[in-house]
Amino acid sequence: MGDSLKDHTSKKKKLLSEGADWTFEKIQIYDDAIGKLAAEYGLDTYPNQIEIISSEQMMDAYASVGMPLGYHHWSYGKQFLNVEQNYKRGRMGLAYEIVINSSPCIAYLMEENNMMMQALVIAHACYGHNSFFKGNYLFKTWTDATAIIDYLVFAKKYVQECEEKYGIEAVELTLDSCHALMNFGVDRYKRPLPLSAEEEQNRVNERESILQQQVNDLWRTIPTSLKAESEVAKHVQFPSEPQENLLYFLEKHAPLLQPWQRELIRIVRKMAQYFYPQRQTQVMNEGWATFWHYTLMNGLYDKGMVTDGFILEFLQSHTNVIAQPDFDSPYYSGINPYALGFAMYTDIKRICDNPTDEDRRWFPDLVDRPWLDVLNFAMKNFKDESFILQFLSPKLMRDFRFFGLENDEANSFVEVKEIHNDTGYRKLRERLAQQYNLSQREPNIQVQSVNIHGDRSLVLRHIMDSDRPLNDDTQEVLKHFHRLWGFDVSLESWSNDALITVYHCDNDKPEQ
Amino acid sequence: MSYIIDRRLNGKHKSSVNRQRFLGRYKSHIKKAVEDAVNSRSIQDLDRGESITIPKKDIHEPVFGHGQGGKNSVVHPGNKEFDSGDRIPKPPSGGGQGGNGNASDSGEGEDDFVFQISQEEFLDFVFEDLELPNLLEKELKEITDFQVKRAGIVADGTPSKLNIIRSMRNAQARRMVMSSSSRKKLHEIEEEIAQLEEQDELLIDLQKLSQLKDLAEQLRQKIARTPFLDTYDLRYNHHIREPKPSSQAVMFCVMDVSGSMTQETKNIAKRFYILLYLFLSRSYEKIDLVFIRHHTSAKEVTEEEFFYSRETGGTIVSSALKLMESIIKERYPANAWNIYGAQASDGDNWDDDSSACKELMENKLIQHMQYYTYIEITPRDHQSLWYAFEKVEAQHSDSFAMRHITDLADIYPVFRDLFQRRQHG
Repeated sequence: MGDSLKDHTSKKKKLLSEGADWTFEKIQIYDDAIGKLAAEYGLDTYPNQIEIISSEQMMDAYASVGMPLGYHHWSYGKQFLNVEQNYKRGRMGLAYEIVINSSPCIAYLMEENNMMMQALVIAHACYGHNSFFKGNYLFKTWTDATAIIDYLVFAKKYVQECEEKYGIEAVELTLDSCHALMNFGVDRYKRPLPLSAEEEQNRVNERESILQQQVNDLWRTIPTSLKAESEVAKHVQFPSEPQENLLYFLEKHAPLLQPWQRELIRIVRKMAQYFYPQRQTQVMNEGWATFWHYTLMNGLYDKGMVTDGFILEFLQSHTNVIAQPDFDSPYYSGINPYALGFAMYTDIKRICDNPTDEDRRWFPDLVDRPWLDVLNFAMKNFKDESFILQFLSPKLMRDFRFFGLENDEANSFVEVKEIHNDTGYRKLRERLAQQYNLSQREPNIQVQSVNIHGDRSLVLRHIMDSDRPLNDDTQEVLKHFHRLWGFDVSLESWSNDALITVYHCDNDKPEQ
Repeated sequence: MSYIIDRRLNGKHKSSVNRQRFLGRYKSHIKKAVEDAVNSRSIQDLDRGESITIPKKDIHEPVFGHGQGGKNSVVHPGNKEFDSGDRIPKPPSGGGQGGNGNASDSGEGEDDFVFQISQEEFLDFVFEDLELPNLLEKELKEITDFQVKRAGIVADGTPSKLNIIRSMRNAQARRMVMSSSSRKKLHEIEEEIAQLEEQDELLIDLQKLSQLKDLAEQLRQKIARTPFLDTYDLRYNHHIREPKPSSQAVMFCVMDVSGSMTQETKNIAKRFYILLYLFLSRSYEKIDLVFIRHHTSAKEVTEEEFFYSRETGGTIVSSALKLMESIIKERYPANAWNIYGAQASDGDNWDDDSSACKELMENKLIQHMQYYTYIEITPRDHQSLWYAFEKVEAQHSDSFAMRHITDLADIYPVFRDLFQRRQHG
């Protein structure tokens, strides 16, 4: 102890800065130091663009889901008013940072923060999140970091043009409906083409005409030959397979939409797709960033570049970030992804470095391997669900004192299915992993069939999961779907091959 | 390598368009909140923003999701005494216990959505769809007032408008240009003289020296002769006269303070006056207020006296109208002022005075008025004054209006009704 203390005082001349206030020079110095350290750990990042903003600008950024620009829509205004109200009343602090999956990776730093917080945010966002965006397979597959900003510009301009041509209200109605279906506008399995603003722009006009043509083709009403047609009508099932991407289906096949409406659907769909990986990697992403800000900041301290006061202040913030209240605490609002993620990466490192006998039994292929390799492998190749399934150790389940509940509507009690003990570990881990499975969290609704030769009515099918019904919004969302489709729409809820409920939205019962 | 950018200078109102869209969409809610505010708030502080509450369900954006029911599964941290197989009884009512991950996402507190609108926005909503009676006509018709405005600098003008700084600046520049070649030459000669004088006394070419000195003297004189100020250096401030639409208004508040008017009635009247005042103040730069109270005789008073001092006695309305007429004649010529009148009464008047009121109104007053409103605050039946004024209204419907108010809640609707944007054509 005495040694290290002396060590630090002798290194005092290497301190990066003194005093709590930040300056641009200091931010530069810290970024250099943290970047160097990150490189030593082999973190592979996009170039960073650090932007200093005020708290009001932060509220703006909040309202537009963190994006630096976006098309206009009232719902963002609602978001903004909400944030503004809560912030002014002191109900919430603003997040310290927002980081955008783009290249260069844009990170916002708030001017109100002191130097320690700025350094923390740089380590967290510019090296943690940034390397995750660049490394994780979902982001690699589904998003193109270099193109997103351009695409946003394109989208904003396009929406604006539409507003000028067709009126704000018409555009708003279409966007409302698209937003209602946004979560059902992603391809879950098929790899999408990367976004490119320029290409989009070039293809817009072309696409418009071609799309319309294709749609017209589907709805061709000129009889080929009476006999042939009735023959066809009997056999052709459309769509030939159920379609999970509702927005895509509408964009391509809705009979009455204008070309610009199809383009709007496409824009919303693309945005949904862009955010899809983020929704699937909350624990992994935040955990990764938290693990690295912790490691990098301690690295600075170990090199004697920051003071004791600095690191103590940091540890206090860090502790707040990874706090996990118990389920019966008034502060409990679900599992804190920062806490779980940070604990898991730290635990993986521990398993590699100091495995116990239990770890040897549970993770034979992790123990005694270089931790950095294992960590990178984990970060690159998983999403929350599989990450937990693969790496959550019995020790962590004990540490968190996890327990699994099952609540069956038919019973008058809630049953504790498994807890953190030998018999429970595996089932408990599966249960927790399922909790992060998007297809479990969202109902499974697909386009089942369209009556293309008759009244053009469309049937959506909901396959119930564990007999869970749809929520109270269903009828409303169906109206939105109907607005885009233009003809009768019904939604059937099926459970184990039995039809449970049917929702309708018909032409003669006009929306709202 | 990182780029560090200071974005603080960029605009911070990026969300204002979206905010406006939101306000537009929920106009009806906001209008209702504003209306309630006008009715319930003490009217003095009408001139500030308002917090608007919208029920959460009304601004909810619907999405497909899981509802209550079926089999739900969840993992929580912080187990204390549970063991697998334990059964926890559900609370008797209120459905599930909210442990479900999906349910808690959307159900976080059923608070209403609350936000602030600014004073400006508040007043916009208060006065939305309301049109100042006859404002336009006045502007176009009677432009008798002119305003002198600065219009830059010109080369001609009267001495009183001389712009000294600009003139002197021009003169200096001209002098520098005109004398520049002479000064250059003088400089050279002076250097030559200095060189000559440095030489040994015996060697000095005295003749050349005196020649040079003469030359230098000539140049100096030439430079000195450059005029200090010339006519074309002079610059004058330019002013133009612009027609100025009359942007001043006078508002007459006339109120009956006879014994039959209770404090409550006066309060109702007061709100009406203040609404009118706020309304006018959004359209005119300057507003004069004239308070006339009357019982059997009329008197011009201060605001305080107008609303709060009590007097008793009978009622002669025409006395107030006469006083108003004379004040207009003395202080507010109709070609320079937009004149508004607002009269509040409980309808009491001496019967034979009502026809006098009608006469006065029709013959002396109404032609000067932009707009005259009469509100009668009474739960009882109308009396003669109402019927007399009804005749006036029939004749001058575009500048005279009257309404009946029974209680506080009536004011705002009546006010809106009175100044409702009129449908033209």
